[in-house]
Amino acid sequence: MELSGAQIIWESLIREGVDTVFGYPGGTVINLYDALLDYPAIHHVLARHEQGACHMADGYSRASGRTGVVIATSGPGAMNLVTGLANAMLDSIPMVAITGQVRSNLLGSDAFQEIDVTGVTLPITKHNYLVQRPEDIAPAIREAFAVARTGRPGPVLVDITTDAQKLKGNFDWDAAAPKRHLRHIPRQPSEEALEQACRLIRHAKRPVILAGNGIRLSSAEAELCTLAEKLNVPVITTLMGINALPASHPLNMGMLGMHGESWTNKAVQGADLLIALGMRFSDRVTGDLKTFAPHAKKIHVDVDSSEIDKNVKVDVPVVADLRAALTAMLPRLEAMEHDEWLGHIRSTKGEAQAEAILGHEGLIQAPQVIHEIWKATEGKALMVSDVGQNQMWEAQYYKHEHGLITSGGLGTMGFGLPAAIGAKMGRPDREVWIVAGDGGFQMNIQELMTIIQEGLKVNIAVVNNGYLGMVRQWQELFYERRYASTPILSPDFVKVAAAYGIAGESVSSFDDVAPAIQRARAESGSYLIEFRVEPELSVFPMVPAGASLHDMLRRPEHAKATAKKKAGKR
Amino acid sequence: MSHVFVVYTDDEPGVLNRVTSLFRRRGFNIHSLTVGPTEHSGISRMTIVVETDEAGAKMAHAHLEKLLNVQRVEQLSRFPSIVRDLVLLRVKADPDIRPQIMQLGTAFRAAVVDIAADSLILECTGSAGKIDALLDVMRPYGILEIGRTGAVAMARGAGFFGVQSSYTASESLAPQR
Repeated sequence: MELSGAQIIWESLIREGVDTVFGYPGGTVINLYDALLDYPAIHHVLARHEQGACHMADGYSRASGRTGVVIATSGPGAMNLVTGLANAMLDSIPMVAITGQVRSNLLGSDAFQEIDVTGVTLPITKHNYLVQRPEDIAPAIREAFAVARTGRPGPVLVDITTDAQKLKGNFDWDAAAPKRHLRHIPRQPSEEALEQACRLIRHAKRPVILAGNGIRLSSAEAELCTLAEKLNVPVITTLMGINALPASHPLNMGMLGMHGESWTNKAVQGADLLIALGMRFSDRVTGDLKTFAPHAKKIHVDVDSSEIDKNVKVDVPVVADLRAALTAMLPRLEAMEHDEWLGHIRSTKGEAQAEAILGHEGLIQAPQVIHEIWKATEGKALMVSDVGQNQMWEAQYYKHEHGLITSGGLGTMGFGLPAAIGAKMGRPDREVWIVAGDGGFQMNIQELMTIIQEGLKVNIAVVNNGYLGMVRQWQELFYERRYASTPILSPDFVKVAAAYGIAGESVSSFDDVAPAIQRARAESGSYLIEFRVEPELSVFPMVPAGASLHDMLRRPEHAKATAKKKAGKR
Repeated sequence: MSHVFVVYTDDEPGVLNRVTSLFRRRGFNIHSLTVGPTEHSGISRMTIVVETDEAGAKMAHAHLEKLLNVQRVEQLSRFPSIVRDLVLLRVKADPDIRPQIMQLGTAFRAAVVDIAADSLILECTGSAGKIDALLDVMRPYGILEIGRTGAVAMARGAGFFGVQSSYTASESLAPQR
C-alpha cells in the first residue's frame, strides 16, 4: 500500500495498539500532524511544553502498563524531551518518542532547528533510530516498540526527517516485523541458579525480600505475595518498589534506604539473607556499600545481567524475567516459618512515625497532609509525587494499596504534575492525586492548562513551605543552616489555578485539612489545595549520604520519646 | 590489566559511536580499538583493548551485550589467542646509516616499504611487546612518525568464533504485553 511517511507513522502506531499520544507540533512534524486529522482513532494530548508531554507519556505508561508515546519537533522540541527520556531511562519505563528532523539533504548542515537528536539521546535511550526514507519508518517503529518493552524496558526514540514523512512509500506491516533478535535476554532462569537460590532460602534464619520496580515491570505482584506468604518472609521495598505489595499486607514492612524507616533499615543490616527482586542496589538504598547488610548472603534476581555485581557483590545471581523466576522458584520451596524474626522486626517499629502525624500546635506539618489524604482515600488513590521532601513524605505516610508514581532514579523536579495528567489519561477510572512542593510545582505549572483542555479530574495538593525543602534540609543538617538560594517565593497558587480555570483553596490550619481534601474529592473538575505548612520541617529518618544504613538521624519525636522512657526508668 | 574484547556489530552508521559512548560513560579506558569488515556482509568486527580489572571486564561485557547493534561479544583474554598490532614507522636514515637500520629491522621481520633521501618507512606486525621493542631499538636513530593500528585479535584453535550468537535461545522481538 502506497502511503505518505506521515500516514505510515500513524498506521504503525495504531497497529501497536496506541490510541493516545502526547506531543507538541512544530515545523518538522507538520506533515505528521496534518495526517493526524485523518486518524480519529488516535487522541493527541497537546501539552504546553515538550518536557510536560514526555512526563505525561511516562506517567501514562506507569499507570496503564502500556507503552507511552510522545511526539516533538526537531531542535528545541526534541531537546525539551531530554529530561523526560532520561527520567524514563533510569526508571525503566517503556516509551517511544517520535521526533521530526530536518530534510535529509540538510542533515549535518546546522540547518534551522537541526540538532543531532540521536547523538544527544544516545545515553538516555535504550536505542534510537534516524529514519530518512518512508519505507524504513514502519520497521523502525515496530522494532522501537519491541525494544521499549522487551527485557528491561526503557525509552526508544525514532527521529524521522521531513522528507521521509512527506514522500510516499510502500507500507507493509507484516514485512516490517523485526528481523533482528534480541539476544542475551534469558527469560527463564537457569536450573543451577534456581537451585542455589532455593538452598540459601531454605537455610536462612533472618531472610528479607527486597522488592523493587521490577515487580511491577514484570507483573509479578501476585507471585511476590505468594512467595512472601509461603516463606513467611518480611518484604521491604525500594521507593520504586512501593507498588510491589499493598501496604496493608502484614508482611510489608515498608521502604528502606536514605529515608527508609528505622526498622526496615535495621532489618536489612541484621538479615542473614537478602532476596533482592528487580531492584538495583542504588546508592540511595544501600548507604555505605562497605557496611551494607554485612551478615547477609545475597540473591539477586534481575532481567538485566549488567546489574549483577554492579554495586553489591551477590552470592547467587538469577538473570531472568522476574515473574518467570518466581514462578519457577515457588514449587521448589516448602512453606517456612520466621515468626521470631518477624516479631523482632515488628518490635523495633516504635511509634515515632505515628507520633509525627498526631496533633501539633501551630502550623500544619506536611506529613499530616499526606496522612489525611491517605485516610480520605483509604490508601486506594493513584498517587503521583513530585521530587524532594514531598516525595519522601508521600512514600512514608501514604500507605499505598496500589500505586505510587514517582521519579525514582533521576529525581526530576517538575515530573509530578504532567505525570499525573498522563496517569489520569492512562487510568481514567482511578482517583488521581498529585502532591508537589512549591518548588517542583512551579517547574511545569503550565500543564494546568492541559488539564483543562483535556477536561480531566485531577486532585492537586501543593505543600508550600516556602523553601526548596530537601536542599534546605541538607543545608540545615550539613551546611550550618546556610540557606543559599533555597527560600523560594510562590505566586498565589489558588489565583493561578483560577486563572487556568481550576477551582481551589488555600489551607493553613490543621482543622481545615480534612474538609479541604473532601471538597477536592467532591468537586467534579480538578481542584487545587495549597497547604501552607511548617517551613523548616525535615524528613526523618535520614541516612546521611555515604553513611551506613543503620546510621540514621531519627525523628525528633523518636528522640523525645526515648528521652522520656529513659527518664521514667530512672 | 588489559582485557581484549572481540565484538561483532551491525555495519550501520553510528554503531562505533554507540560502543565508544558506552565505554566513556561507564568510565572505562579504551587502550585501542580497531574495526573492519568480516566474512559476512553487513557485519563489522571490532577488537577493543580495555584497561580494567576482572569485575570491570565483566561489567563491560554485560553492557556491550545490551547494545542492540552488537551481535556477539567474546573476551579473548579468557582463551589462548593471537593479538597483533601493525606499525608504520618513519625513521631518520641518512644513506650511510641506512643499511644498519635495515638490518635491525630484519631482526624484527620489519619490511622497508619506502625510502626517501634521509629517512625510510618500516612496516612491522607483531604483538604489542614486539613492536614496543622495535620502537626502543629505533629511537636512537630518530623516530619521525609512528602510525600504529592498535590490536587485532583472534582466538587460537579451529573455528571458535563467528557471528552466530552462542546464545541459542534467541528471543524474538514479537510484542509481549
